[in-house]
Amino acid sequence: MQSLLASFDLPLLIASLIKIVFLVFLVILPMVAYSVYAERRVSAIIQDRVGPNRTGIPLTLLGFKKDIQIFGIGGLLQPMADGLKFILKEDFTPRSVNTFYYWLAPCLTMVPALMTAAVMPFGSELDLSWAGLGAPFKMVIADLNVGPLYMFAISSLGVYGIVLAGWASNSKYPFLGGVRASAQMISYEISLGLSIIPAIMIFGELNLGKMSAYQDANGWLLLPFWGEGLSLSRLVLLVPIVISFVVFSISLFAETNRTPFDLPECETELVAGYHTEYSSMKFALFFLGEYAAMIIGSGLAVTLFFGGWSIPFGPWLSEWTGLQFHYEAGNTPFYTGLLHIGTFFAKIVGCIIFFVWVRWTLPRFRFDQLMKLGWLVFFEVALLNVFLTALLLWLVPLK
Amino acid sequence: MPSFLFYLFAAITLGFGLNVILARNPVTSALSLAVSFVGLAALFISLDAYFIGIIQILVYTGAVMVLFLFIIMLLDIQKEEAKRANTAAVIGGVVLAVVLTLQVAAVLGVFKEGAVTTEQRALSMEVASKREDVAQVKTIQKDLAAGTLPDAKLMGMTLFEQYGFHLQAIGLLLLVGTVGVVVLSKRESPGKPVV
Repeated sequence: MQSLLASFDLPLLIASLIKIVFLVFLVILPMVAYSVYAERRVSAIIQDRVGPNRTGIPLTLLGFKKDIQIFGIGGLLQPMADGLKFILKEDFTPRSVNTFYYWLAPCLTMVPALMTAAVMPFGSELDLSWAGLGAPFKMVIADLNVGPLYMFAISSLGVYGIVLAGWASNSKYPFLGGVRASAQMISYEISLGLSIIPAIMIFGELNLGKMSAYQDANGWLLLPFWGEGLSLSRLVLLVPIVISFVVFSISLFAETNRTPFDLPECETELVAGYHTEYSSMKFALFFLGEYAAMIIGSGLAVTLFFGGWSIPFGPWLSEWTGLQFHYEAGNTPFYTGLLHIGTFFAKIVGCIIFFVWVRWTLPRFRFDQLMKLGWLVFFEVALLNVFLTALLLWLVPLK
Repeated sequence: MPSFLFYLFAAITLGFGLNVILARNPVTSALSLAVSFVGLAALFISLDAYFIGIIQILVYTGAVMVLFLFIIMLLDIQKEEAKRANTAAVIGGVVLAVVLTLQVAAVLGVFKEGAVTTEQRALSMEVASKREDVAQVKTIQKDLAAGTLPDAKLMGMTLFEQYGFHLQAIGLLLLVGTVGVVVLSKRESPGKPVV
């Protein structure tokens, strides 16, 4: 028993546990809830409606005249009301389903989406020496050297949930939705994986934290205007990076089953697709899993192309203001650590609004168009882009 | 890694592997194999082979098994579940498994390196970073000097420098396989020659 306990690195375990609780329960899950709210409000703005603007602290229940609206923004408590509604709804299990897989499927969509958060660097490092804790803490749960691969690997497990939901429901429309989802997700995984190779070639790294640090010092991949980013090579490399970003972000829409690629659940053809037979909290899990995957996907896009947690023009800002806004290994002040965490999540919020905006702007593709786009356009473009990057790196090498 | 984690993941790998052949429902078999792969990946990761472990999940669990499941779901499950086990196949499988076990046992009996523990021959990144072949690639050298194992980079270097020809031969083989599948799955229509 003693040797077993000695084999654990207790401080590391406790620090990891705190990071997991912070990232998953205090950030991602509330973010998921509020991106549903954002989706409804933004769609309302786009369609010239009002959207959910009534739910506040329900003081009228206690006999007061008005509900309190937090910050004066209407409807900020809508996600809580939605959650309560989902929990209180009847949890109906149809008679002919395969019960075990019917129950397993919603979990299998939610869990992988949250597990991928483990390698996401959501901040540089937090210097807690004022609290008596020595070395600064890296703001990533698992600092793996195969970050993006881990993300792809675990998120590719999410397809099991959708496929099983479609199959276990033992019903025609869900089944078609499940088949569509698996075909779509496997196809787009290829272009998603190939599209980030140019970025990885420039970093020479597979560690997401080091990628962010590199971009902090040398300019974001899509904004190379400080540090070594101001070289001819990086400006020339903007061409393949823009191509790879376009392929990556569009493939991300297909991977997360978002409009214009939400064929697995498209209501005009398949009722509600793979979750037709689900109700109550099980349906909510599919719904939340989709948003969680969206947030994690945005996190990867931000880390690869928009500098992760880095503050734009950080080194310049540090020079002008005298405060430190850039990351310096082991020597980043506490406020900068906090600012980096804030910056990272602010960027993700921007990405989510982009996701929502696209959803309510573009019409849905046809399934054959989707497959054609994936296999005949994106796959080739992403592959050629790798060669283009190699050629450019050879002609105008990085320092 | 604490040793009980090794036993946990070994049990997951073997247990679900056993379930693949014992389960009556083909979907359960396919999913058990997927879980077994995840257990195997965890064992790889416990050996610091992060890259292989993750690729194991990415390729086998995330892509190959999904395609298997895809096909299996199109079958009539009730008919499949009612099928009796083929005695000849069972006997053949058992014989094959016994032969393989004997082979592994025979090899392990001669393999003296297995007695050396990792404590006795610890990996020294400092020493490794000064090797000539490593010094050519800056990022690998930097990682090793910093005390982290750049397993993906080392793997890439080994594959492309030592086994470049083999890699291309395998690539060609896969291409032939892909083209073969496309040709085989094309429907023969009368009047048109099959390409």
